[in-house]
Amino acid sequence: METDPQNLQPQPVETHLITLKINGQNHSISIRPWVSLLDCLRDHLNLTGTKKGCDHGQCGACTVICGGKRILSCLSLAVMKDGAEITTVEGIATESSLHPLQQAFIDHDAFQCGYCTPGQLCSALGLLSEGRASSREEVKELMSGNLCRCGANVGIIDAIMQVKDGGSYE
Amino acid sequence: MNTDKNVGRPLSRLEGREKVTGSARYAAEHPLEGVLHGYVVSSPITKGKIVEIDTLEAMAIPGVVDILSHLNRPKLAWFDLQYTDMDAPPGTVFKPLYDENILYNGQPIALVVARDFETARYASTRIVFRYHQEPHQTCLEKHLDKARAPKKGLATALKPPPPPPTGDFENAFENAAVKVSSEYRHGTEHHNPIELFATTTLFQGDGKLTIYDKTQGTINNQLFIANVFGLHYKDVRVLAPFVGGAFGSGLRPQYQLFLCVMAALHLKSNVRVVLDRKQMFSFSHRPPAVQQMRFATDINGRLIALGHSTFAETSNFEDYTEPTSNWSHKLYPAPNTLFEQKVVPLDVYTPMDMRAPGGSTALHAIECTMDELAYKLNIDPLELRLLNYSDVDPSAGKPYTSKALRECYLKAAAKFGWDKRSAEPRSMQRGNKLVGYGMATGIWDAFQFPSRVQIMINSEGKMIVDNATTDIGTGTLTVMTQIAADELGLEMADVEFRYGDSKKPFSMFQGGSAITSSTGVAIVIAARSMRKKLLKKAAEMDGSPFRKAKEEEVVFSSGHIHLKNDPTINISLKDIVAFNKGAAIRTTKMGRPHMLKLRKYSLATHSASFVEVEVDRDLGTITLTRAVTAVAAGKIINPKTAKSQILGSMVWGISKALHEESIMDPHLGKYINANLGEYHIPVHADIGELDVIFADEKDNLINELGTKGVGEIGLVGMPAAISNAIYHATGKRIYRLPVHFDELI
Repeated sequence: METDPQNLQPQPVETHLITLKINGQNHSISIRPWVSLLDCLRDHLNLTGTKKGCDHGQCGACTVICGGKRILSCLSLAVMKDGAEITTVEGIATESSLHPLQQAFIDHDAFQCGYCTPGQLCSALGLLSEGRASSREEVKELMSGNLCRCGANVGIIDAIMQVKDGGSYE
Repeated sequence: MNTDKNVGRPLSRLEGREKVTGSARYAAEHPLEGVLHGYVVSSPITKGKIVEIDTLEAMAIPGVVDILSHLNRPKLAWFDLQYTDMDAPPGTVFKPLYDENILYNGQPIALVVARDFETARYASTRIVFRYHQEPHQTCLEKHLDKARAPKKGLATALKPPPPPPTGDFENAFENAAVKVSSEYRHGTEHHNPIELFATTTLFQGDGKLTIYDKTQGTINNQLFIANVFGLHYKDVRVLAPFVGGAFGSGLRPQYQLFLCVMAALHLKSNVRVVLDRKQMFSFSHRPPAVQQMRFATDINGRLIALGHSTFAETSNFEDYTEPTSNWSHKLYPAPNTLFEQKVVPLDVYTPMDMRAPGGSTALHAIECTMDELAYKLNIDPLELRLLNYSDVDPSAGKPYTSKALRECYLKAAAKFGWDKRSAEPRSMQRGNKLVGYGMATGIWDAFQFPSRVQIMINSEGKMIVDNATTDIGTGTLTVMTQIAADELGLEMADVEFRYGDSKKPFSMFQGGSAITSSTGVAIVIAARSMRKKLLKKAAEMDGSPFRKAKEEEVVFSSGHIHLKNDPTINISLKDIVAFNKGAAIRTTKMGRPHMLKLRKYSLATHSASFVEVEVDRDLGTITLTRAVTAVAAGKIINPKTAKSQILGSMVWGISKALHEESIMDPHLGKYINANLGEYHIPVHADIGELDVIFADEKDNLINELGTKGVGEIGLVGMPAAISNAIYHATGKRIYRLPVHFDELI
């Protein structure tokens, strides 16, 4: 069917009211269905700790923890997550202290520019709670969805191994 | 330096907390009321003209505010010179949305501005463009006949052409006892920092702009915007408090900055423009290159002829060069040399400096050729380097200000266990894996740029240090704070380094591994002046015990000035400022290289890399199991952040050798793997055990700090060391990068 662009009457895309529990806080947002969870966090909720590196699920910078599992927030539409419980990098530390993994990242200089760091942290927390990785090699493999262009790989894995072996990630 | 309490200590990054809690805000993340979102439309054709743009349907989409193209853009600066920047190569700068001409695939041809990102992106797909296509040339190897010498310009100062020939190269090479002649090919690489290029422009309405930009040079971009849009430079402020990696891609103002500011001025609104990952392949890259190597030695392994010719891609509008042919003669003496460096202009965007530009490409070819010579001579590859070792720079006939490369070789070899290597290819194995050991040398520039620093001591006795440099993840904030604290004998917590802001005193862009030596030295110079001022002020105080004290008789420590021979006599900096009626004491000074003194010397950092690879006997898959790199880069201000710089660049070496390449389809004239799924960079599982050693290299000549920079040197030797290890494992010499498993089956 051919459409004459002259007669097109574009309609505004409808918004949907959804609720997200992010870092323990409930947010009700009216949002269009084409908004990714990533853009919802960054552009609509001003939670810019979660990063956009590719928008295609290829770099891992947008990793958040949703329902206890690590997911790529750029590959989820916000409306798909209505009612979900989400932890972003902003919700990892307590008010008084950093999470041991955050401290380990600082101690091991596990970042340089810091842009992939939130995704690495959320992914590592997801990995630790999955309980699948036992060796350093397994941790490296199961963290390989998170790219680091600065090449801080050694520090990142060192930091995760320290926390994993210390068992202080609960 | 007054004390060395902080310099030399492996301190953690001061901005670490912001980076691990997500509170660090990058260019696209500064919240602005009612910000409009710009989405760039990229040319799908490679060469030709835009003959028609129909925006009717796109403009009708609710939420679309405007669509800017060459047809309706605001008036722009006329002269090319106004678009130039501190890092522009000789030629005619590319001007976005200037006219209907398409010069390369992915060129920005329009900007859609909408109330939200999704609408802007959607609307970009509803614009109808009609083009007149012209034939294009994008394949380097097909057009080597177009090679010519690059034009000269301002950039030539930092990138000199290769030295003229010496001796009688052709004759010496022809008649040499042992010689190697080979051709090396390198593909295109894109910087691909994980942060997407982005700009947020705050339109203040009073003729002033505040711009959050992803850049390595706040002042470079400030001046660019002022020139192009006819604004006073004081009305343009460029901020880059956090930069999510850049690796050279932020050395020039990129088109998202231009388009964002254009839209903000035109619409009198706050605007944000963020590129997508595909567009990250559309504005700068390391050029593909063909290098022809001809090295020869006498029967004992002494080099007698060095020949190195490079043919590298550039665009049809600017002559970018990354010097490659200059390097071999800086390392090795030889009486007969012949070097040439040519460019091949093609229908691509202008290449740009990418971490260790030239050096990492050149040293791959040079150090693999040396490896090949070692096998022909039946000499250990390390021994061949030591046999041809030079304390002076043979290409310039000048001594180095310092050169601890020999120490690098020996320390790294010992740590690696090079003596356990059996020379014969395919002679070492582990189960079904062939094991290879390889080594290579690295050399890189030790630049220092002019830099200006303001130091202020405030009423709390705290030190505030201002400079316009960025910190692109290198550790600049931490390192500068360490230097400043020691200069005035303060605790780290009593020093605040303020940076990433074009309003601060001058800094060049953050490139060439130069900022520690540039801004660091400026801090030393400014602190010297501040110590004088403080002592003078202290001497003016009533009954001051410092009335007759000379500079060399006092020491600054713990926030006080003390008399050296009676430290109990002291006065706090806070009291001095109080005496100054509470007004902060300031000084601004410039640090610059000692050109006259340094003219007699060559300046360089050096490294030695040793690597072990495993190659699957059946599948050819390559695993880098471990690597040791020793670096001689003068004084190391912070061993922790410096080690990270070397580790990071070793990972870049692994990537260049085994992973990354942008694949150009010469029929379409575009990169066909413009995404992070198909443009491979190493993942955690690709990285073996990496070790870093810093040689103890004292350099009292190079600058006031004795520093040389560590941002790039760790990359330079790695690709050749890996290639040489692959040869040792398999007996196959692969003359192109990256090396893939299919070539080893």
